[in-house]
Amino acid sequence: MAKKASRQISSPASKAAQPITIEQVAKVAKLASIPVAQSQLESLKDAFVETLGVVTNLQQVDVSAVEPTHQVTGLENVWREDVVRPELSFTQSQAVANAKRQHEGYFVVPQIIDQGD
Amino acid sequence: MLHTLTLAQALEKLKRKEISLGDIWADVQSSIDQQNTKLNAYLTLNTAAENERQAAAQLPLAGVPIAVKDNFATKGLRTTASSTVLDTFVPEFESTVTARLKAAGGVIVGKTNLDAWAHGSSTETSQYGRTLNPRNTDYLPGGSSGGSAAAVAANMCIAAIGSETAGSIRQPSAWCGTVGLKPTYGRVSRFGAVAMASSTDSPGPIAKTVEDAAIVLNHLAGHDDRDGTTSAQPVPDFTQTLGKEIKGLKVGVLYLDLPGLEASRPHFEAAMKVLSDLGAEVESVTAMDPRLAISVYTIVQRGEVSSNLARYDGIRYANDRSFFGDEAKRRIMLGTYTLSKGYADQYYNLAQKVRTLFMQDFEQLFAKYDVLVSLSSPGFAKKIGASEDSAMFGELEDMLLEPSSITGLPGINVPCYRDAKTNLFLGMNIMAPMWQEAKMIQVADAFERATTWNTWRSA
Repeated sequence: MAKKASRQISSPASKAAQPITIEQVAKVAKLASIPVAQSQLESLKDAFVETLGVVTNLQQVDVSAVEPTHQVTGLENVWREDVVRPELSFTQSQAVANAKRQHEGYFVVPQIIDQGD
Repeated sequence: MLHTLTLAQALEKLKRKEISLGDIWADVQSSIDQQNTKLNAYLTLNTAAENERQAAAQLPLAGVPIAVKDNFATKGLRTTASSTVLDTFVPEFESTVTARLKAAGGVIVGKTNLDAWAHGSSTETSQYGRTLNPRNTDYLPGGSSGGSAAAVAANMCIAAIGSETAGSIRQPSAWCGTVGLKPTYGRVSRFGAVAMASSTDSPGPIAKTVEDAAIVLNHLAGHDDRDGTTSAQPVPDFTQTLGKEIKGLKVGVLYLDLPGLEASRPHFEAAMKVLSDLGAEVESVTAMDPRLAISVYTIVQRGEVSSNLARYDGIRYANDRSFFGDEAKRRIMLGTYTLSKGYADQYYNLAQKVRTLFMQDFEQLFAKYDVLVSLSSPGFAKKIGASEDSAMFGELEDMLLEPSSITGLPGINVPCYRDAKTNLFLGMNIMAPMWQEAKMIQVADAFERATTWNTWRSA
């Protein structure tokens, strides 16, 4: 059986992940607009540590001469004519059909200014 | 017993008028009635199916019952992605996958359970309860397309649609003893599929045989101007390589030496012997370590999830963000963290560079081999509850599939061993170069015909 030489790492996750604090987790929750109870923060922190611990093996890879890949099939700049296609558009009543709150065919949004903070 | 027919058998018998469409539906319905309460494969059944199937009878898929994973938008039919965020969501539009399925005469029998938002490899993160593995109900079906794989394995449909971001078609197919085909990224449109990791999301069939998967893929594949990442590559007839011999094909065997594969290895080696006996040139080859792919995928997926799930604001549709389950919360937050200022280079950009190395590695391998094969999952299905203690359960179970996922390559799972004591299966993952699904279908079909592991072929 032929063996092909290739990049191989010996022991993944050998480098410790950086410490994560409860405060960082709480800040991320706020940034992501995820309501998180104080009591959940500790377990979320543990999940962060577990996950970031696994991905530390990437730091062993030499990527100094490597470009990133964001799109695997190499497509670039896919264009279409700038024309309205009614068959692909919602009517107003379709657009609001699944909204929790609507008013005369409009979405009702929560107040985000003048909340006193 | 018509619910046990393969798609190819059902179409042939309908064509010859040996059976009626109504009888197939009656048997599938009774199979669902008997099993779904326990298995929890379907979340929603399509009450309009009877009318739809009459209109479909003359079309290529002849109105047969097809299960669809509940992360494809279906107009007028509840679509939840197994999250209570979308508990009452009834789409006003149709995904391209289901539109094409319907246009070809497939009729949706129901929407199947998945890990919520397709985040997971067990269906245990579904907010509507886990699905059980029909082959042995003490075990998990895998995921995230666990409901579709279970519906096929339990003959509660004739074929099914799943979606894979990193293993979500092939891994549940491996655990449930079904065939699962993940096409090349961009071969099948993502329009109307609940977005997870947009740079790897790939819809595809879960079916009883390789032939059935090829038939279904024929009807799903092709460019869609509503998904800019679909390719204009010509779509071949994927059934053309069925029945062809594989003599002289070069097969590279990957990932056999990894820890954790010891129990599966002898069975997998026996499967490699089958390929050799069929005339393929089979040899073991070293590839980039799949544990690096876990890391690339984890970072890329969490990042894309945090962006994609930002749309759930509770205003335009669906419930608000307090309805997210724990797994979705973890993933959104981790993605937010790894994409945030100061960390993006350390995590996201590094991951995308290592992704490039994986693409180069596969390019070199495919210069020498027609197809590459590995186990689909390191081992057999895990027991109920197995996913509950680890934020990384899915990634570890999908380790052998993640390299081909992050690089957009096609892959197919075929059953390659059954444990007589537990009735649980191992699956073989066959990968092909981009746009060459036909080649892996050829090898998968040849293997399936030469062995008795496929329970529909051997019946």
